[in-house]
Amino acid sequence: MIEFHLDGRSGVAPYLQLIHQVRQALRLGLLSEGDQLPKVKDVAAGLAINPNTVLKAYRELEYEGLAAARPGVGTFVTGTLAGASLAAHGPLRHDLQRWLAKARRAGLDDESIEALFVSTFRAAGEADIA
Amino acid sequence: MTAVIASEGLGKRYRRLWALAECTLSIPAGRVVGLVGPNGAGKTTLLSLATGMLAPTTGTIEVLGGRPGAGPGQLARVGYLAQNAPVYAELSVSDHLKLGARLNPGWDAALAADRIKRLDLDPGRKAGTLSGGQRAQLALTLAVAKRPELLLLDEPVASLDPLARREFLQDLMEAVAEQQVSVVLSSHLISDLERVCDYLIVLVGSRVRVAGPVEELLASHHLLSGPRRDPATLPAGQQVISASHTDVQTTLLVRTSGPVLDPAWTVSGVTMEDLVLAYMSQAGLGRSRRHLEVQQ
Repeated sequence: MIEFHLDGRSGVAPYLQLIHQVRQALRLGLLSEGDQLPKVKDVAAGLAINPNTVLKAYRELEYEGLAAARPGVGTFVTGTLAGASLAAHGPLRHDLQRWLAKARRAGLDDESIEALFVSTFRAAGEADIA
Repeated sequence: MTAVIASEGLGKRYRRLWALAECTLSIPAGRVVGLVGPNGAGKTTLLSLATGMLAPTTGTIEVLGGRPGAGPGQLARVGYLAQNAPVYAELSVSDHLKLGARLNPGWDAALAADRIKRLDLDPGRKAGTLSGGQRAQLALTLAVAKRPELLLLDEPVASLDPLARREFLQDLMEAVAEQQVSVVLSSHLISDLERVCDYLIVLVGSRVRVAGPVEELLASHHLLSGPRRDPATLPAGQQVISASHTDVQTTLLVRTSGPVLDPAWTVSGVTMEDLVLAYMSQAGLGRSRRHLEVQQ
């Protein structure tokens, strides 16, 4: 079971934050098919948010084919976002950790690392399109 | 679906002063409604009219399709928590539950007992010795355990510290999820309303300035900033809610159903706080801002 949190300062609508967290958990393999999502009542009580906000997020996930409600029981994950690529996560994470260690040894701080990653990521994306 | 509160030209006058005027509302069921405005705006008057404790001077009000306060049947359908969560200081927690059971035909004793246990309230303790947060929780327990269809809460969290406030709202949202009760909640703490409310009513100077589903309101209001210009030159569909100017720049908060196409403007979205403040300053009551506490 995952636990939701809300960033009050992000300006992102709370229901979108919930959807994003479910998708993120699916990508990282924290949630997989058949898992139950937190009950609407528990999310509303835990975060002190309107239950309709949670219902809206769950309906949207149903619409995307990622979850399904079983009346009287709860909402369950029916889709996946990680797929076969999940197996590759481990080695890739390992490579990334080595790269991060190397970047720190070279004297880059967090902000420089992030900037370098984002600009490289964008440049690679543009090269793909071209 | 019938409206939980429907009013038409509703007004209440005390001698020469109108506490509420020309109030026309239709609040759908199943909502958590935030009633927001500065002190003295008429929030308590509107809630008192909805309970039937006050009679209108003008207009009509229907609550859950009936006349407010008309007989025991109507009273049982509405739960009301007055400002500062009044409890009987000399009575114990369990006395309060006994009183609730005797006075309310639909009393849910199991729910009340369960809540008291979960809140860790000592049943033998006199209510006068409880903390502010505990008193509010006890009062909410009484209001919820009568199993109303509509809960009216007047500034329920205003006097609570941040932790007690969060706990109260968590508890309230759990009750909403479990019992599908509609809620009208008055407050001047916008940060609390932002999380819990999906319908907003802004009341300033005894008049309703804006009312509607939060999502629709946020989608139809925009903050525009650009080179200085006269707001009167805007397209007809754009209603200016608030405007400020420097010698070179103009910033406007506008309400419009269509998109803003003029490339001279930088357009950004609004938060509930932007919206409420804009309507409050529009009313020419800029000073009332100091009553608004904003915190994260």
